[in-house]
Amino acid sequence: MFQQLLTVWSDSAAISAAIWLVLLVTVLYLGRQQAHQLFSTTGRAIFTALRLASRSVLRLEQRLSQRNRDVLMDLGRMASEKAIEREFTRVSTLVARDLAHYPSLHRTLADAIEKIEADYQASSLSAPLPPAWSDVVDTISALPKSADPALNKILDNIKDAIEDSHEETLKAFQKATLERHGHLAKMHPQWRTLKTTMGKVETTLDSLEERTRMIDGQMDRYESIRNNEDAAANSLLSSSLTQFFISGLVLIIAAMGGLINFQLIALPMSEMVGGTATIGALRMSDIAALVIILIEIAMGLFLLESLRITHLFPVIGSMDDRMRRRMIVVTLTLLTILATIEASLAYMRDLLALDRAALQQSLAGVGVVEAQFRWIPSIGQMVMGFILPFALAFVAIPLESFIHSLRTVLGMIVVGLLRTVAVALRLVGNLASHACKILTHLYDLIIMVPLGIERLVRHRSTAPDLTDTAKPAEKTSDTNEAPAASSKPKRNRNTKVEPVLGDTQEVTP
Amino acid sequence: MKLVTDSARLSRHIMTVLLITALLSTGLLAGCGESPIKSRAVYMLIDTSGTYTEQLDKAETIMNYLLATLDSGDSLALARIDSASFNEEDIIAKATFDVRPSTANDQKRLFQHHMQTFTSELVRGSAHTDITGGVLQAIDFLNETEADEKTILVFSDLEEDLPEGHVRDFPIDVSGIEVVALNVTKLTRDNIDPRDYENRLNDWQNRVMEGGGQWRVINDLERLDRLVAMN
Repeated sequence: MFQQLLTVWSDSAAISAAIWLVLLVTVLYLGRQQAHQLFSTTGRAIFTALRLASRSVLRLEQRLSQRNRDVLMDLGRMASEKAIEREFTRVSTLVARDLAHYPSLHRTLADAIEKIEADYQASSLSAPLPPAWSDVVDTISALPKSADPALNKILDNIKDAIEDSHEETLKAFQKATLERHGHLAKMHPQWRTLKTTMGKVETTLDSLEERTRMIDGQMDRYESIRNNEDAAANSLLSSSLTQFFISGLVLIIAAMGGLINFQLIALPMSEMVGGTATIGALRMSDIAALVIILIEIAMGLFLLESLRITHLFPVIGSMDDRMRRRMIVVTLTLLTILATIEASLAYMRDLLALDRAALQQSLAGVGVVEAQFRWIPSIGQMVMGFILPFALAFVAIPLESFIHSLRTVLGMIVVGLLRTVAVALRLVGNLASHACKILTHLYDLIIMVPLGIERLVRHRSTAPDLTDTAKPAEKTSDTNEAPAASSKPKRNRNTKVEPVLGDTQEVTP
Repeated sequence: MKLVTDSARLSRHIMTVLLITALLSTGLLAGCGESPIKSRAVYMLIDTSGTYTEQLDKAETIMNYLLATLDSGDSLALARIDSASFNEEDIIAKATFDVRPSTANDQKRLFQHHMQTFTSELVRGSAHTDITGGVLQAIDFLNETEADEKTILVFSDLEEDLPEGHVRDFPIDVSGIEVVALNVTKLTRDNIDPRDYENRLNDWQNRVMEGGGQWRVINDLERLDRLVAMN
């Protein structure tokens, strides 16, 4: 077909091709204006449409960003309110626990002080020692011995009396001193009581001060959120991302734990439900093991929900306390039963593994070897089978964090995607516009020979009236030269396009 | 507050989706890379004619390997090839392993015991070799099991020697069954003209292929892993 078309004008392919080329160039030259209009309109239409689409996407992205921010701030506000409420509850508990007994504490302090004062007063009263008596005794002792024995006897009697009196006074003084010391000794426990009581008061006040500082911090944060500050939004976003990754990591760990749990009970399950029945590509025993694990996780979710640790199910959260307590008991019982079943299954798995190993050894022709300390892995598996369900129950906590932070992360991802789409649309629009311009130039490149002739003819026809028509000719020439015309897209887009096209029409044969 | 309500609703939706995804992904994880479980049925024919009885210890090794490989729901039978093998009495032991692993293990032990008794009590080989009769008996057994993968293991030198009057030269229908010739030993006359050995193998191959079955020869018993395709 192609060969026939090629040789339609002449038997020589070259001549025929040349004729085809001339015809093609002529046709293209004749349709130049329409082709230029087609390229220009197409390029502009694509550019405008994609720009509009890009703007719409950007607007959507802005709305979504705003909504994400609003949700984030609202969640942050609620979290902050809860934190403040919790702090106030703690302060209230502290005050109720420690400071509610302040009157009795005050009474204790007052009593202690009163007793200390009384003891102090009692300790200050002392029996005075007669100061002149010692001088009298010294004077009498220093008297010279007289020859009169009666006088000497009198003096000796006086001396003895004075000494006796002095000794009695000294004894009274010592007794009084002892009593004072007794009073002072009694003051010791009072001081200790006073010190302990004051220590308690100090601890309580310190604790209160710390709580107050924390409330201040929370209030600042809350105020920042209420004022819709960027810093608060960034902080909440960062916190949300951190939560997402941490909870994601914990969930992966939990999934690994679930996998181990599955391996632990899948084999013995085949002993209960059979190892050959299948649903699709899955063994019934594997499905049964999976169902048990999933029920355990569900029970864990309900348990933590009933304990109000998580808040994933509003129905459970809004139950009255009596019903909630019942639910705690029911879920905990079920979880314990499931854990016990798992422990027994784990033990059965060990027995099956032992049996299988013994059979393999028998088939291999070696004697059955009794492994020592075989009870250790058996007990280990049983304990693991019992503990893993309870460990899996706690997956509700990271799951809740993950779900809450997932909203933020998904919002961010969608915003990022929308931004990328907007940029891509803009880029494609620009590329299409420039591609159309390039096509226009390529078109002119193909028909450059007739264009050159046309320019030459016009130049000759306008040469005598160069002075009068220089400017219009120049203008016409400019419109014919596509690169010059297309290099100013702003002018092409305005209303002055029509006269330019009229000029072009004039020069077209 | 509305935003928070929306967010809570979204969180619940996300959680539902997550739970379903977890269920499905765990299921997929468990079944990942596993093709649907296929039941297998293996029928092993042991040649007890002439000097081939000396090879019985190898047959026992193969049978032990099969016992270790086959699982719950699979079927296994052991039969001898003697002068007239198209007979239920030639089946030494047969079992379809129970769905419970512990019971299946007991069945395997019992099977092993039967096989050991047979090999220890066999003192004299049969006068003739009716391989076709044994194969026909195997086909009946395997078709009854309705297993997904059926295999006949022929532990023999493939030299058929029928008693007078026995008719076995007719096509056999082994469609959907793989026939594996094991330990095909060379006879004395094969050494004189090796083409006899090749012709013997080719004859059996043609017979099986024409009957709609698959044919394989495994002489290297170190490669027992190729014997039965593992699931």
